Amino acid sequence: MRKLTYLIVFLAGLAVAGCGGRKAAVDESNIEVEVVEGVAGAGEDASTTGLGDDPGTDAQNLGQSASASSGDGDDSDLLNQRVVYFAYDSSLLSTEAEAVVEAHARYLQSAPDVQIILEGHADERGTREYNLALAEDRTQSVANLMQALGVGAERIQTISYGEERPVALGHDESAWSLNRRVEFLY
Amino acid sequence: MRRAGAGLLAVWLSGASAPAAAVLTIEVTKSVEAAISIAVVPFRLEGVSAATANLPAAVIGDDLGGSGKFQLVPRGDFLSRPHDLQSVNFKDWRLLKAEVLVVGRVIRTDDDRFEVRFQLIDVFREKQLAGQRFVGPAPRLRKVAHQISDLIYQALTGKRGAFDTRIAYVTVQGAAPKERFLLQVADADGYGARTILESPQPILSPAWSPDGRQLAYVSFEKNRSEVYIQELRSGERELVAGHDGINGAPAWSPDGRQLALTLSKDGNPDIYIYQLADRSLRRLTRHPAIDTEPAWSPDGGTIAFTSGRSVTPQIYRVAATGGAPQRVTFHGKYNAGANYSHDGKSIALITNQGNGYRVALYSAKDRTVNELTRTHQDESPTFAPNGEMIMYATQSGGAHVLAAVSPDGRVRQVIKFQNGSVREPAWSPFNQL
Repeated sequence: MRKLTYLIVFLAGLAVAGCGGRKAAVDESNIEVEVVEGVAGAGEDASTTGLGDDPGTDAQNLGQSASASSGDGDDSDLLNQRVVYFAYDSSLLSTEAEAVVEAHARYLQSAPDVQIILEGHADERGTREYNLALAEDRTQSVANLMQALGVGAERIQTISYGEERPVALGHDESAWSLNRRVEFLY
Repeated sequence: MRRAGAGLLAVWLSGASAPAAAVLTIEVTKSVEAAISIAVVPFRLEGVSAATANLPAAVIGDDLGGSGKFQLVPRGDFLSRPHDLQSVNFKDWRLLKAEVLVVGRVIRTDDDRFEVRFQLIDVFREKQLAGQRFVGPAPRLRKVAHQISDLIYQALTGKRGAFDTRIAYVTVQGAAPKERFLLQVADADGYGARTILESPQPILSPAWSPDGRQLAYVSFEKNRSEVYIQELRSGERELVAGHDGINGAPAWSPDGRQLALTLSKDGNPDIYIYQLADRSLRRLTRHPAIDTEPAWSPDGGTIAFTSGRSVTPQIYRVAATGGAPQRVTFHGKYNAGANYSHDGKSIALITNQGNGYRVALYSAKDRTVNELTRTHQDESPTFAPNGEMIMYATQSGGAHVLAAVSPDGRVRQVIKFQNGSVREPAWSPFNQL
């Protein structure tokens, strides 16, 4: 059971790497390194700006996705991605992550009997209880967007594992960026 | 109360001590300059094997030496080996610059019963400072030695010793995905570990009830976080929080009647107060950002907690009866995991001020946050019941270990367990079973 989950996550990771989503994780890590290095102003501004930018990007993205969807109806690349990644100490969805969540929301709307479990995770840094709460917030970010797109709350279950179930066991950003994630389990 | 379910092992805690499975070493990385020079003379054995007789002096030496407040006179330098005040040749000890001397005897009184006598002697005044006689079963010999350490600590520092206390912590054995998580209780020095819960899923945040009889903790045994309270003596336990979302961060009120918790059942993680008597739940904080890791002040009036409401995680405080939270820490970009000192004047926490995650002490008087450690990825600071040391979890060479530091940062210990990786320490109160 666990093994299977890992395999799925691993494959999902490969899929992400293949279509440029992995790059998003790298971009996030760049932002994060700035914060860690103590460019406090820049880091916090970047984060705050990100908040402000999101709705705009979001709307644009939705439009694009909608047209793509109405064009050929093929979300398969996005649906193959069963994990989305987050920046350090953040539960905000990146543009790439939003596209993945939207594709899954469309799928859920097309298949009304299907339930989804959102499993939230954090990297190892900081306290375990804060990370349990942070990973819960990440699942809520995904769930909220799905609900906004019309998926009933009763079909979405969220579970937070905090930092307890890493997929990458290293102690550096390359491992941490893979561990800050929400997995989609059908 | 309900018995632990199938697939899990809730283990009985009996009086007898099991052989030490997880042996540890204590390294004092920095000693106090004004350390008291103390000689702990091997106790004289009467009708016991050498191994047994050497135990008390060895344990007392480790306890006192590890505290950083004492400088042990090397045993190899001893010119004589007295066992009571009358047999001390004070000249021998003045030569070695020993200020105080611990002598004693272990006498076998029965098949497996022992009598232990000790005397603490002032070398310059040539008189006894403390002395006592203990009688008990053989497996209690380590406990008796810790009690002697406590008496010596009290006599020489004026503060109650905390060597005869326990710690609860989580041991992880094996590698993912076949890990085993063990909730264990051991002596404060890591000996005599007993497993009270075993699970294939993570266990977090053990918290001692103020009377030392129960542990609250978070278990993922049903594939999500839930909070249980387990009675140590019987192994019986009760589910106290299994709501939708997360159930975490249990913290006992000082009177033992309430449990502060983090729940996300109403949307996102906030702090709630659970009344043990009637199982009622009261919401304490209400904010769209994360609120978690509640910690009660010793007077029970205030709850400190970690909040993400100011972008980065910081410590806030709120009256336990409710009201508007106030921000406590303004230092660096990460302050979390608050734990009040026993006088309420300071808070141990995890900080990140650009040097990684380290144990620090917040002073209410100076409003400062001072880093105490030089380690990285520190977690879970927990005060000894006498406030003299702070134990915490950290990583050393890729391994998860427990370490301890004095509140002034001058004494540091690393406790190395041989089996598995250890984390989530919680130091027991003084009260014993």
